[in-house]
Amino acid sequence: MSVDPTSLETLGEAEGVSSRGPDALEGKAIEGRSPWLLGWQRLRRDRVAMISLGIIVLIMLIAILAPLAAVVTGHQPNEQYRQTGLSPNGLPLGPTSHFWFGTDDLGRDILVRVAFGSRVSLLVGVVSTGIAVVIGVVVGLAAGFFGGIIDTVLARFIDVALTVPFLLVAIALVSITGPSLTITILVIGFFSWASVARIVRGQVLSLREREFVEAARSLGASDPRIMFVDILPNVLAPIIVYTTLLIPVVIVVEATLAYLGLGLPPPTADWGGMINDGQKYYTTAWWFIIFPGAALLMTTLAFNLFGDGVRDAFDPRSDQLLQ
Amino acid sequence: MLRFLIRRTALGAVVLWLISMLVFALFFVAPSDVARTLAGRQATPETVALIQHRLGLDLPIWRQYLGFVGRALRGDLGYDYYHQVPVTTIIATAAPVTLSLVVGAAIMWLSLGVFNGVMSAIRPRSSLDRGLTVFALFFYSMPSFLLGLLLLYFLYFQLTLAGITIFPPGGFAPLSDGVVPWAQHLILPWLTLALVSAAIYTRLTRGSMLDVLGEDYIRTARSKGIPERRVIVRHGLRSALTPVVTQFGIDVGALLGGAVVTETVFSLPGIGKASIDALTQQNQPVIIATVLLASTAVVIANIIVDVMYAVLDPRVRLH
Repeated sequence: MSVDPTSLETLGEAEGVSSRGPDALEGKAIEGRSPWLLGWQRLRRDRVAMISLGIIVLIMLIAILAPLAAVVTGHQPNEQYRQTGLSPNGLPLGPTSHFWFGTDDLGRDILVRVAFGSRVSLLVGVVSTGIAVVIGVVVGLAAGFFGGIIDTVLARFIDVALTVPFLLVAIALVSITGPSLTITILVIGFFSWASVARIVRGQVLSLREREFVEAARSLGASDPRIMFVDILPNVLAPIIVYTTLLIPVVIVVEATLAYLGLGLPPPTADWGGMINDGQKYYTTAWWFIIFPGAALLMTTLAFNLFGDGVRDAFDPRSDQLLQ
Repeated sequence: MLRFLIRRTALGAVVLWLISMLVFALFFVAPSDVARTLAGRQATPETVALIQHRLGLDLPIWRQYLGFVGRALRGDLGYDYYHQVPVTTIIATAAPVTLSLVVGAAIMWLSLGVFNGVMSAIRPRSSLDRGLTVFALFFYSMPSFLLGLLLLYFLYFQLTLAGITIFPPGGFAPLSDGVVPWAQHLILPWLTLALVSAAIYTRLTRGSMLDVLGEDYIRTARSKGIPERRVIVRHGLRSALTPVVTQFGIDVGALLGGAVVTETVFSLPGIGKASIDALTQQNQPVIIATVLLASTAVVIANIIVDVMYAVLDPRVRLH
């Protein structure tokens, strides 16, 4: 936070100059810096983004090492400790030396469940975003590159996908098929691609008129080659930025579905589902909502702050904004 | 302009038609046990079949669909499976709740978002700008159900414990009961929706204000000696608002179809709550109606946004 932004900018500019005018560098081998390297160097100096990245890595470690939490506390995530984990009149227990984050209405250890819940959030966040980005990129590339009737049809398709009341249809689908991890991932993935497609299409529409595409074509390159080898790398920066910012959105959607009772079937630990269970007790057992809520908020906040840094570092437009 | 409106309305109708078929197909392929639920546990297969027949569920899907479209075009959306209430009545009772919620929240998030965005843009990279960015991203990352529950915990429960009862735990009071109880019931839901949504407006306004403030005509305005406040508001903000208007139209459109989560947290009997209830009961006529209503709101909002675009920015021609 305390990094002086102006010094950041001058540093960035100085590098830009020196890579163009290599004479300024003494005794060092001249190496060209790719835009990616420059972006990464900018990102590495963004302290907020780096701290957020650290938190993201930490949450990933927690997800991978969740069984360790069960070993350390001696509590299984789905085990109901009805004798030790509930008050005499059957209510959840607050944080104690035995249950650090307290227990839920069934006497389960909230700490262990929060640790296991990170697996669902991250898995859905990453896989659904992956599906959405792949579909969005392919549709957007095809619409922008081929133009004509293909573009008209695909653009209309994008419109429909953006108009569908996502949450309602997602809930409808889940209530019909019955909740499961696969369904959650697929539903969110298939409903999030349209905005990616719209961004990619817009970029490709202008890129396909450029000389390098004409050059590739006159060399006999096939359409798929031009699309994926020549054009795709040029839209990669906005795609990467958008992907980073889509992950927290997807995590919130997953938690929302779970909160509405349409997440993973019980007893799987899931942050949104835990908050749903906990809201009946919000006046008596704050820990039941606060701990899964804090985990959820920390995750989405880390991804959003990191994504913001990635945008500053990789999206050339944000450079203009800083001037 | 007229041709534009006609074309967009036709396109919107096509989109709605596609969505109606999608939703219809979705519920036809689903194993429906509505008739069985209605018939009761000990019903004979004959009774179940009779109920299916009465609800028209034994007809082939295309006849069910045609029947639905035919009635819908005459303004009849069918009857609730369980309570025999016309769907139009259900929507008419729920709509004022959602409307109260969304309009109030929209005013709050628009003023909060635009104000913060302008403050950020006037001094980019200042500590105020950074503070507002963190504020925006914090609430942007906050799931609305979590914020709603936190507001309930602190502003309803803890305040009530402390002997200050300003906020009710939920529910709705119609405007006819008076403005004060109406607003009292809605303040926390408004805050929830507004804080979560304002972030996008802060970022959008900041970005486009920075773009606009770099334009030559702003320098011209300043060099003419126009007061800074007037330069910012009259010359800057007016043209910076175009992307904000787009986002605003889309958001309001999407929420008018039911603010599902906020309505659920605060037990507001709006359209979002009605559709969630219908979904859990497989109450197909209500589901189709609410999904179509939500989509219609989005379609209309998009058309209005495009018209506003042309009004705000004379360079835009509609075609």
